[in-house]
Amino acid sequence: MKTTITRRQFLKITAGTGLSIAVAATPLGYRLLSAAEIEKEPFSFRPSVWLKILPDNTVIVAVNKSEMGQGVYTSLPMIIADELDADWKNVRMEAAPAGDVYKDPARGMQFTGGSSSVRNMYEPLRKAGAAAREMILTAASQEWGVPLSECAVVMGRVRHLMGTRTLSYGNLSERASRLPVPQNPTVKKESQFRYIGTEVPRLDVRDKANGAAMFGIDTFVPGMVYAAIARPPAYRADLETFDKEAALRTAGVRNVMPLYSGVAVCADTIDAAWKGRDALKADWQKGRYPELTTGSLEKDFIARLNSKGITARNDGDVYGAVTQAAKKIEATYILPYLSHATMEPMNCTAHVRADGCDIWVPTQNQTGVQALASRMTGLKLEQINIHTTYLGGGFGRRFETDVVEEALTLSMSTGMPVKLVWKREEDLQNDFYRPANCCKITGALDGSGNLTAWSHIIVCPSILSRVRPQSMKNGIDNAAVEGLVNMEYEIPNVTVEYVRLDTPVPVGFWRSVGSSHNAFTVESFVDELAHAAGKDPLEFRLGLLKKHPRAQRVLEVAAEKAGWNKALTKGQARGIAYHLSFGSYVAEVAEVSANKKDGTITVHKVTCAVDCGPVVNPAIISAQMMGGLTMGLSAALKEKIEFGNGGVKSENFGDYELLRMSEAPEVDVHIVKSGEKLGGIGEPGVPPIAPAVANAVFEATKARVRRLPMKPATILEALKQV
Amino acid sequence: MIILEINDKNYTVDVAPDVPLLWVIRERLKLTGTKYGCGIGMCGSCTVHIDGKAQRSCQTTVGDAQGRKITTIEGLPENHPVKKAWVQEQVPQCGYCQSGQIMQAAAMLAEDPHPSEENILQAMDGNLCRCGTYSKIKSAILLASKGGRRP
Repeated sequence: MKTTITRRQFLKITAGTGLSIAVAATPLGYRLLSAAEIEKEPFSFRPSVWLKILPDNTVIVAVNKSEMGQGVYTSLPMIIADELDADWKNVRMEAAPAGDVYKDPARGMQFTGGSSSVRNMYEPLRKAGAAAREMILTAASQEWGVPLSECAVVMGRVRHLMGTRTLSYGNLSERASRLPVPQNPTVKKESQFRYIGTEVPRLDVRDKANGAAMFGIDTFVPGMVYAAIARPPAYRADLETFDKEAALRTAGVRNVMPLYSGVAVCADTIDAAWKGRDALKADWQKGRYPELTTGSLEKDFIARLNSKGITARNDGDVYGAVTQAAKKIEATYILPYLSHATMEPMNCTAHVRADGCDIWVPTQNQTGVQALASRMTGLKLEQINIHTTYLGGGFGRRFETDVVEEALTLSMSTGMPVKLVWKREEDLQNDFYRPANCCKITGALDGSGNLTAWSHIIVCPSILSRVRPQSMKNGIDNAAVEGLVNMEYEIPNVTVEYVRLDTPVPVGFWRSVGSSHNAFTVESFVDELAHAAGKDPLEFRLGLLKKHPRAQRVLEVAAEKAGWNKALTKGQARGIAYHLSFGSYVAEVAEVSANKKDGTITVHKVTCAVDCGPVVNPAIISAQMMGGLTMGLSAALKEKIEFGNGGVKSENFGDYELLRMSEAPEVDVHIVKSGEKLGGIGEPGVPPIAPAVANAVFEATKARVRRLPMKPATILEALKQV
Repeated sequence: MIILEINDKNYTVDVAPDVPLLWVIRERLKLTGTKYGCGIGMCGSCTVHIDGKAQRSCQTTVGDAQGRKITTIEGLPENHPVKKAWVQEQVPQCGYCQSGQIMQAAAMLAEDPHPSEENILQAMDGNLCRCGTYSKIKSAILLASKGGRRP
């Protein structure tokens, strides 16, 4: 169940009806506040999470993170419900509006990404729940005139331990709301958890199984018009001609206007807008990069391997170790640009008025959307209402605000509410892609097969120079080298060199970001080295991770559960890989067979072991591992954006194929519990799958895959090198 | 005027006969459970039942749909074994493709109440899920085919 309300409404509902708690991040730690206190606070003070208990026992958690499938609309309320000891039946969630009060206290921004939702909200939400619990208990002890020690909470009720009296939270919420908020409430011990650590059913599943969940594309606003945009087929191509009159003659079309990104048609219905766009017959100039093709890009990446890069890591003396090596191994890997291909195409509905602005959008970036709208309209931040809908997939694409900018522009020029829905073709061709990249790796083995040196050159476009320029230190994009600069293998001599190559192709965050490609090159090359050293790939890894017990453990668990040393059906082979990303360790073992004649690969089964520290909802963790590795497998086997004539050639799911059910493996997930710090779960399932499969392909065929995706032609090509 | 029978209700819509059924269902009648995904019949997000068969509503014109019995996700009963199995197995993640998956699965089970795994894959292969819920979809279909009892 989900509703959307504005902050003003929230405060109105809250005042005088039940108990509500906000959490504020301050330089001294978290501070807890009641609704009355927060209204008095100066603007600069930033309380960020809300919980309310209504007189009818309903517990409402305002969730400041976007639900894009990763389960935050369930896992965040679970944390509060547990500390509060609420009855889960009575727990509801609301999508928080955008505003300072809902910023992530750890990041100072309202956004969903970096697998950080539970990680950043765990502590403040526990405190909020525990504070509310203590206030409810105090209210009960006052109501009954008994010592606090005689009162206990049980599933949404307070019991008098010395008698039979009980009161529901709803009965007590009014009195509790007048109490001071305790600043250091005692959070539960792990053994006292009621919900945390259990498979609590998702709050969003029922609505998603009956068609009721409202996504951005499901927005309707009275008086709205639909917009469609004709876009150039090439990067930086100017408009040559278009038939405005023909578009205007289309029934239902109201306006036609050139825009910075194309030519827009506004109409009464979506079909009229799309027909009007076709009628435009927009013609475009060649674009600034007419020679740009998939091949030209690949050539550029490979050529840049010889450029001097920026040193991002330098341990020991790689040069010395390589010159003294008994065996020197060298390999070049190349990976493609990838599209997010969220099932819900980009869309936004915007209504700009003189006195305010409403934006309905499936976004991962409320702070960015609000700032953009304020900048464009000249309205104050608090006049911009953002209605975060369900997201039909995000994967980083919905961190961008490009579609919002278009919808705002159109609403400002028409003076009407505008619903803009991109076609699938627009979505695939106007993405901020996962960067293509190319790596040259050199490894040195001594006479006993010990790995003594690793030199890694990566040529990769920069995402952060556009998205977060302040994070660029010494010209290094941390996203491009994540998984390399912090590679855990205990090798005495390591260098990582970053060669930044910016091409006309825009790049952005794609589920697991740099780890989505760096895990492939590192884990494939470790496998190459293991074979060169004549060692078992699992043993070789474990031997290089003696000081990294969490890494060892996930590798061991995945291997054991997969039966690493057990025989397989004839023709099948196993590959293993592990990666640390977003604070979580994940190892995956893939069981694969390869058809040497036609180059097709079948992935039969994947066994996954994850250590993400404390476990909030094991079912959601398993689902994220399964989903992450399936998306990673889709990319590994099938996905590649093709370019031609200066733009993106791939158009739709016919030529940008995603993994289908018949290609999806059986998945077996094992959660490895540890007392370590919380790690993320949305992304870490992705990185190990591509190398696990490629390593299995090597076991099966002796063909080393150094290029993705592993389409039949690529496999046949690799087989020729055997 | 086009008259459409959707979920046992008649709707009269002022629309050209060549408009995709998807746009009329979603954007005019506001039965938004049916989703737009690709517009070329390759993702299955827009799947509805037409005379009991799973069809891509983006590839069907309203003219062709006239006079036929259309069922959308909203018209599938709440206690339909497929919907129940979907909740029990906690299938959805982002949820966007799930209406289409459910409609596809329900049509398959109506024809073949106890499908083999091969038949499930064949029937479901046209429905994409970017979140990667395939193996849960499969187990929910098996659950529904066994009358809600886990095998």
